[in-house]
Amino acid sequence: MTGDRSSGIHFSRLYSFSLMRSIFRNEHSQIGQKGYSRVVYCNDPNNPKQLQLKYSSNYVSTTKYTVLTFVPKSLFEQFRRVANIYFLLAALLSFSPMAPYSASSTLVPLLVMISATMIKEGVEDWRRMKKDIEANNRKVKVYGRNHNFEETRWKKLQVGDLVKVDKDEYFPADLFLLSSSYEDGICYVETTNLDGETNLKVKHALNATAGLHDDHSFLHFKALIKCEDPNEDLYSFVGTLCYEGQQHPLSLQQILLRDSKLRNTGCVYGVVVFTGHETKVMQNATDPPSKRSKIERKMDKIIYILFSTLVLISFFGSIFFGIETKNDIRDGKSKRWYLRPDKSTFLYDPKRAELTAFFHFLTGLMLYGFLLPISLYVSIEIVKVLQGIFINQDQDMYYEETDKPTRAQTSNLNEELGQVDTILSDKTGTLTCNSMEFVKCSIAGISYGCGMTEVERAIAKRKGNVLPEVGYTSPDIQSFKDVYMDSGKSCKGFNFKDERVMNGKWVHESHAYVIQKFFRVLALCHTAISNIDQETGEISYEAESPDEAAFVIAARELGFQFFERTQTTISLHELDYESGQIIDRTYKLLHVLEFSSARKRMSVIVKNVENQLLLLCKGADSVMFERLAKDGRVFEAATRDHIKYYAEAGLRTLVVAYRELGEEEFKSWEDEFLDAQASVTADRDVLVDAASDKIERDLILLGATAVEDKLQNGVPECIEKLANAGIRIWVVTGDKMETAINIGYASSLLRQDMEQIVITLDTPEINNLEKQGDKEAIAKASSASITKQIRKGKSQLSSAKESPVSFGLIIDGKSLSFVLDKNLEHAFLEIAISCASVICCRSTPKQKALVTRLVKMGTGKTTLAIGDGANDVGMLQEADIGVGISGVEGMQAVMSADFAIAQFRFLERLLLVHGHWCYRRISMMVFYFFYKNIAFGFTLFWFEAYAAFSGQPAYNDWYMSLYNVFFTSLPVIALGVFDQDISAQLCLQYPLLYQEGVHGMLFSWMHILGWMLNGVISSIFIFFFTTNSVLHQAFRRDGHVVDFEVLGVMMYVCVIWTVNCQMALSINYFTWIHHFFIWGSVAFSYVFLLVYGAMSPIISTTAYQVLVEACAPRLFRFSFVLHTVTLFKDEAWKVRRQNSVDLRHGREQIA
Amino acid sequence: MSSGDEASQTLSKKSKKPQYSRFTQQELPACKPILTPGLVITTLISIGIIFVPIGLGSLSASEHVVEIVDRYDDACVPSKGDDEAAKRERLSFIQNAKTNKTCIRNLVVPKKMKHPIYVYYQLDNFYQNHRRYVKSRSDRQYRSPGSEGETKTCDPESEVDDHRPIVPCGLIAWSLFNDTYGISTKDNPIPINKKDIAWQSDKNSKFGSNVYPKNFQKQDPVGGGKLNESVPLSEQEDLLVWMRTAALPNFRKLYGRIETDLEANEKITVVIQNNYNTYSFDSKKQLVLSTTTWIGGKNDFLGKAYISVGGICLFLAIAFILTYVIKPRPLGDPAYLSWNQNSAAR
Repeated sequence: MTGDRSSGIHFSRLYSFSLMRSIFRNEHSQIGQKGYSRVVYCNDPNNPKQLQLKYSSNYVSTTKYTVLTFVPKSLFEQFRRVANIYFLLAALLSFSPMAPYSASSTLVPLLVMISATMIKEGVEDWRRMKKDIEANNRKVKVYGRNHNFEETRWKKLQVGDLVKVDKDEYFPADLFLLSSSYEDGICYVETTNLDGETNLKVKHALNATAGLHDDHSFLHFKALIKCEDPNEDLYSFVGTLCYEGQQHPLSLQQILLRDSKLRNTGCVYGVVVFTGHETKVMQNATDPPSKRSKIERKMDKIIYILFSTLVLISFFGSIFFGIETKNDIRDGKSKRWYLRPDKSTFLYDPKRAELTAFFHFLTGLMLYGFLLPISLYVSIEIVKVLQGIFINQDQDMYYEETDKPTRAQTSNLNEELGQVDTILSDKTGTLTCNSMEFVKCSIAGISYGCGMTEVERAIAKRKGNVLPEVGYTSPDIQSFKDVYMDSGKSCKGFNFKDERVMNGKWVHESHAYVIQKFFRVLALCHTAISNIDQETGEISYEAESPDEAAFVIAARELGFQFFERTQTTISLHELDYESGQIIDRTYKLLHVLEFSSARKRMSVIVKNVENQLLLLCKGADSVMFERLAKDGRVFEAATRDHIKYYAEAGLRTLVVAYRELGEEEFKSWEDEFLDAQASVTADRDVLVDAASDKIERDLILLGATAVEDKLQNGVPECIEKLANAGIRIWVVTGDKMETAINIGYASSLLRQDMEQIVITLDTPEINNLEKQGDKEAIAKASSASITKQIRKGKSQLSSAKESPVSFGLIIDGKSLSFVLDKNLEHAFLEIAISCASVICCRSTPKQKALVTRLVKMGTGKTTLAIGDGANDVGMLQEADIGVGISGVEGMQAVMSADFAIAQFRFLERLLLVHGHWCYRRISMMVFYFFYKNIAFGFTLFWFEAYAAFSGQPAYNDWYMSLYNVFFTSLPVIALGVFDQDISAQLCLQYPLLYQEGVHGMLFSWMHILGWMLNGVISSIFIFFFTTNSVLHQAFRRDGHVVDFEVLGVMMYVCVIWTVNCQMALSINYFTWIHHFFIWGSVAFSYVFLLVYGAMSPIISTTAYQVLVEACAPRLFRFSFVLHTVTLFKDEAWKVRRQNSVDLRHGREQIA
Repeated sequence: MSSGDEASQTLSKKSKKPQYSRFTQQELPACKPILTPGLVITTLISIGIIFVPIGLGSLSASEHVVEIVDRYDDACVPSKGDDEAAKRERLSFIQNAKTNKTCIRNLVVPKKMKHPIYVYYQLDNFYQNHRRYVKSRSDRQYRSPGSEGETKTCDPESEVDDHRPIVPCGLIAWSLFNDTYGISTKDNPIPINKKDIAWQSDKNSKFGSNVYPKNFQKQDPVGGGKLNESVPLSEQEDLLVWMRTAALPNFRKLYGRIETDLEANEKITVVIQNNYNTYSFDSKKQLVLSTTTWIGGKNDFLGKAYISVGGICLFLAIAFILTYVIKPRPLGDPAYLSWNQNSAAR
């Protein structure tokens, strides 16, 4: 092993040396300038210059608040809401004599609400703080004064410190890699926490420092790093190392990022470059865009309406008050002498009636403030958090296999789930499992592999005929699998069976040498890393993508076992077709021309034992065929046919090719390539791509691979249900059109009875133009062609208007970019909306986000994006709701999503059940909140009208302030958390019911105004029935009459009964919790009246003994209350019958 | 559900699987009221059946109350008429402390009135619920002699010019109603019992039995009635009644009780001391004699309301029965969903 390594080191020295020299010139110009001013004195923490720089410590705090800022900052946050500011101002004004009630009675509920929110914030922040404390106190070994490594806490780490990190430990800060336990200074890093990718990444130390292997070598180690300032770019680093008098360029290859983990490497030594909040990962921690639900936005409008009502009635009252007051003194004589208008203050001054009216206006604003529900926001927040818990707890959305329950990560979008109009879905990993299986391949124009894919079966079912034969035999897939199992070689990612090539039989094929080359490419052209299980000797692979893993595994199964990779070599156990022996071959890896979505291919340049230089390449057919050499196209026609067939079968295809390189050619190219790679300019990638492009040509075609990405369980059924619920589903995928269409059929997104509208630029004329390369002409022809196709689609749609045919729209990426760029957006959207399903193929991540925005803006309806990979993040953030699939492709999509589910099929339950419920719950809750406050607030107003608009509240101060907080809010919360209009089972059985949310039928202005009107009517009933039935005659046998205090209590109890009974009527799902809260609230209000009334009259003022003494003949009052309520019941019932009886009937039967 | 074995296995692996409970799975037992036609009709009918008798009972109770109402404010002043001069004359009459304000009213008892007969005075358009008025009191001062000086809230009737506090302070006390009534049949005076006309809680705790009026109505302008300074506040029941402010601008307050029966067609004479000024604002003063029943005084509203609600319920019930019979509709037909109907209409 060591031998292998040292040869590797030797080579890598050569390699790095040339690299270094070339980089050096370019880089130097930027260091020290603006943006590149950081200076790190390595292993010299006491250097006065370093201390002078005052870089931040490694202490990290992700909390929103600190102990000091918690109170002011969280208060500030809360008072950014208009309603809260109003309540604060009202509370402040209540200290003035203008206030209609005592200051404490307004302050208490405000404080209760504010402290409830603050406690919630505090608890959330406390959790973050605990994590921070844990992170800050982790131990790391730092090279100290005693010239050995001592453990210290992360937070004490400083820039320039020399640290040692052991295997499976996290890096405490952004480190510059000096050396590792490997002699060539490489190490493996897992970056799951950063980008969610689970594969290991290799980092290389500089050769200059790679020799610093043990603790003692650092005794005299001193170096100077000059580099870029802290920034959030995870994929670049610019800097130089000044060591032993020499300048060395640094790149990302030498940087170990905080929060990534050391893997497969004994230990590494590094120098701290960025600490604490200056690390790249912390710089990256930006808040995701905050999303607000439609209902919440509408709620703001309702608040404004109520505000205007408030201002209006206050104004109205003030005018009356002003006039009455002014009339109180006429000709120097007092009219209402008992008010002493001649001896008055500013609040009641007939001589300055205008001013008095103004102050009264302020009083009115305070008094009618009960129209605004003070506890609305906090109640809704609590309810949403609880709803989120229920979503998390749902067993039917838990995926046993990966042990992943559903997670509601942002609770404020729950109700939005009930209004989704369009779903934009990724394909790979979302509709499919993203576990690639190697099923077929075409080598030398012959197709191998005789499995049958799900899509093929779907197609066969569609066509109603027998599957056409592929290869020479087509055994049933099941029996085929049985054979497979029996052989005991079942492994993930490999589902290939063909007796012609399996078990080493390929050597007998006529094209054996092509087959050998083919699998050799698969075994060499990748970036996977092998792991040998020490005990069993089994080899497993960690690859960047599941496709790649599938290839490596396929190569292994066919006799080309990749078993070791160093920085510069790849070693295989190869089956030699001539001798039939297994031999070990080591290939020197010269360059990796990496895969990118723009290049759509990857290559490696290797040197085999025979000193042959080989370029091995695999890539998408669209880019590969044009790169073939003239004499490399022997199998082109056959391969193309096979690729087409594979794509139709829903398989992902890649073309495999190679070429031999001449020494001279390689040398000259390499210089150019290294130059490009070494440049630090912004267009470095372009230069590298261009350089790569120069060598990746004149390829010789070997064949093509086909891997299957299986549909996830239950996807077709789920899509069908969602479609039945009237949700439009768009699939936005990077796949080829044929694959996408076939997946569309397999997932029942497209049905046979559908007509297809295809918009594509893959037409002969455009292709011809492309060959000529005239870009303007292409653009012109393309947009003309798209306009034509769109027009055609439109006419197709309009002609089919009467017939029940539904349409599927398929558009490819190129057309999409034209559609999104030009003014065709609306025309496109128009047909897209009329189609039942839309498939966008070949789309880039950016296009995904743009399509999402187009749908969101264009239709104004709620969009939901679902995806699993980093390429879906843009889409997830753009959509109203982002749903991440916590699948194979890491956590990045999940991190930026609002909800995380494990399987696509859970979407059905998430939307149809939880979405439906939450939408109903929140809507009802908001309605009810406004209703109860209007009902209460308006009784105050009616009373005012009978109190000369003087600003005297009808109720005792504390009755008023506790109304919202204690006597009416808990039942609403119970409604918001538990109510179910119909059971989960029925939601799923009748997906049509989901339409209610899509059309926003529940939370419509009609309903809102209806409920408001309901509130006003309630208040009228309560006020006028109460006053008319007890005034002014004796209200009981002993001749006593009702006074102000008694009337107040009566009305108050009436309001509480009415409002709570209305709640009872609105609830569809009565559990003991509802009973407890509703009747408990009513009972509690009685208890309160009793207790409060029993206090000394100084405290209880107008409430003293009222309930006990005056309202003792309770029976009387109860019947009266009941009566009002009943009146109400009818009312409500009638309204309901008109509005939604149809709907309810629809639901009823079920129950 | 997985078997016990599996469950324990998953537990041991510390699975993230949500624990099953009816609560977390939102499957709590619940009653789900559905408004089926049958339920609605039954409810309506039962409401009607309950309410109509209650209403009839209330109405008949109200019918049994005998009430005599006599407006005397316009009759007990020398000048009548609506012109300014008459108004001014009335005002100066009522404001002059020296004029004789005795006024005699003759009333006829329409039906037999059983004792106790309650005597009320009724004022209209008098804003006892005005904020300035309601707030102008000091519960502390009324309660204990030690808090005499707590008159801050009583403005503008808190203290006399030399800063001695007024007890009881405030506008309410200051504007105490002071008309008096003496009732007699032919020659026999009928005593009016003025004991226990105030609320017990007022007598017992709100007003102190050792707090005596001080400096009350000692200074111009004098508002309403004066108080006997040797009687503690808790015994001044007229004051206590007055201090319980009325809820609405038209109100009755208890004046006293007659403990004897009055026969039908009996003629009674009321001697009124018409002291109280209601002439500067448009008001009425009425004397009310009333018996009570279990619903209290005379009030048809309650009975009528019960009857009409009950009636409406019955009517609706019949209407629904008819719709149900004539045009029945199957339950749970999705075609009746309102959006389906909309789209069909389109």
